Amino acid sequence: MSWLLAAPLIAPFLTAVAAFLLRFTPLGHWVSVGGMALQLVAAGALMAVVLDQGVVAAQMGGWPAPFGITLVADRLSAVMVVITAITGLAVAVYALGDVTRRMEELGYHALFNILIGGVTGAFLTGDLFNLYVWFEVMLISSFGLLILGGRPEQIDGAIKYVTLNLVSTILFLSGIGLLYGMTGTLNMADLAVRVPEVADQPLVTVVAMLFMVAFGVKAAVFPLFFWLPASYHTPAFAVSAVFAGLLTKVGVYALIRMFTLVFTGDVAFTHTVLLWVAGLTMVTGVLGAAAQMEVRRILSFHIVSQIGYMILGLALMTPLAIAGAVFYLVHHIIVKANLFLIAGVIDQAAGSNELKRIGGLYKAAPLLGLLFLIPAFSLAGFPPLSGFWAKYVLIAAALEVEAWVIAGIALVTGLLTIYSMTKIWGEAFWPAHPAGIEPSLSAIPRARRLSLMLPIAALAGLTLLIGFLPGPFVAFAEASAAELLDPSGYVAAVLGRAP
Amino acid sequence: MEELTAVLIGLLTACAVYLMLARNVLRFIFGLVLISNAANLVIFLGGRLTAGAPPLIESGQTAPPPGVANALPQALVLTAIVIGFGLFAFALILMFRAHATLGTLDSEEMRLAEPRPDLRAVDEADAMPADAEDPMPATDEAATDEASGAAR
Repeated sequence: MSWLLAAPLIAPFLTAVAAFLLRFTPLGHWVSVGGMALQLVAAGALMAVVLDQGVVAAQMGGWPAPFGITLVADRLSAVMVVITAITGLAVAVYALGDVTRRMEELGYHALFNILIGGVTGAFLTGDLFNLYVWFEVMLISSFGLLILGGRPEQIDGAIKYVTLNLVSTILFLSGIGLLYGMTGTLNMADLAVRVPEVADQPLVTVVAMLFMVAFGVKAAVFPLFFWLPASYHTPAFAVSAVFAGLLTKVGVYALIRMFTLVFTGDVAFTHTVLLWVAGLTMVTGVLGAAAQMEVRRILSFHIVSQIGYMILGLALMTPLAIAGAVFYLVHHIIVKANLFLIAGVIDQAAGSNELKRIGGLYKAAPLLGLLFLIPAFSLAGFPPLSGFWAKYVLIAAALEVEAWVIAGIALVTGLLTIYSMTKIWGEAFWPAHPAGIEPSLSAIPRARRLSLMLPIAALAGLTLLIGFLPGPFVAFAEASAAELLDPSGYVAAVLGRAP
Repeated sequence: MEELTAVLIGLLTACAVYLMLARNVLRFIFGLVLISNAANLVIFLGGRLTAGAPPLIESGQTAPPPGVANALPQALVLTAIVIGFGLFAFALILMFRAHATLGTLDSEEMRLAEPRPDLRAVDEADAMPADAEDPMPATDEAATDEASGAAR
């Protein structure tokens, strides 16, 4: 069992070492692709076991549960690991055509694999301090990826990204210290048992808010999101795709984990705060996007607004709402990473990402246009794409508890998302190029073109699959929500006894 | 002793917040160092501070006698210090690079990645947006340093 849980962690770190040693050879990027394929196999095996046996846990180093470091996978963790591996593989293939030789020599593939390892670790760990360590692994590799190449805009974006994320980790660390002082444990399952026994419950709520702010910065919720649109449009496209797909979602995952497992003592207060945050995040994100005229900056603001939907699911805290949040997470990672990958192809074909400088892409590359429309409409929530079902479940959950206002906000945000997507379509694809150039995909060498378009097509296919066959995915999300709302199975699997 | 440390944590945090509210990013980093030490002390304090009671386990026992300091938070603090040191080193180099590349440490003037819309006159014929729209005063310095940055 312990190998099964450790394999999705070992694969990317071994790959990172190999990719670093081979960084001056043309083999380096193939090692990265192979490592991600291995990661996907390991994640698939883990998923199969979790589907079969329920929550699985392993104690690292043989120390029993509350003392040692626990790796644990329930349905939510397993699906996040699988989706991380899928995104990682797609981006690794895309990087063959996007990442320059120079960046490879500086260690791009090693950093990329460490990032994937850090994200996977954050999803699998069952120990709060270990979660902090994985956050740091993820952060330091993302710092490296963000400034790789050293263009002035990258440095500028990185300053905002680095400083605000460091503040968040320090708040997280203080929260850990206070929580340990109160309960004497850092094992999440053990915390779920001990936190309700703490005499001074208001103090627990104070610590819960510390965690909410710390994870809120990572997840880029209102009003803590300003580092995201400041930096995500500056690095290489492969880098911003993996950032957009995965990094903020680790924050959302941590919020879901902590606020369904540990901090459930004062739901009336904490989850009301989350509900306000969700609504304001959706609105500010989508309005921010409306003001932008650069593809990646529009998409960055949309990450923020979409995070709002996931927080909404957590805030409502009903089985249907949590299922909606889980479904939304999966759908969003695929769609968002894909849109950033497409932005990269737009840049290579038309020479820029500024909407005022580009055009004529539909005429030049109708297939790219089609592949753009799938994730774009899915993001906005058109039936029958994956985003429609995600929004449908969440809004149904909001109506179920008669939260009319937030349901209205969610619907309006969806409408405004269409505005941004039609803006990209109407400026980049539809009209002729303003400078009279004919953008063309065939100018890109064939092998490179293939490695750029293949992941985009695969992710779009996945979006279509979820869209046309939502049944099993929704059923999975509902099962996952049931696990999250009744943590006794999780606690029993980790501690080896009933709570 | 514990009360005194708690006051010290408060003092450190107050100084840190003051420094972090400055526009100068270097002062922000110094604030960050102070507040990360405050966080480390919070964890340290979580394991009790005791004098003259070594956490030694008597032979034949499985746990130390009650009243001694907990050693686990001290191990956690060590980890946090190491990680914090690495991040601080990175952040400091980043600030150095920022000063060399952007020519400023004032966060208000760092608008290269997010140019102000009123300064962003989009030139249709121009293919290199970053250089043309550069609102920074030190454009030539930035250009030369970009080359040295690539060689890094």
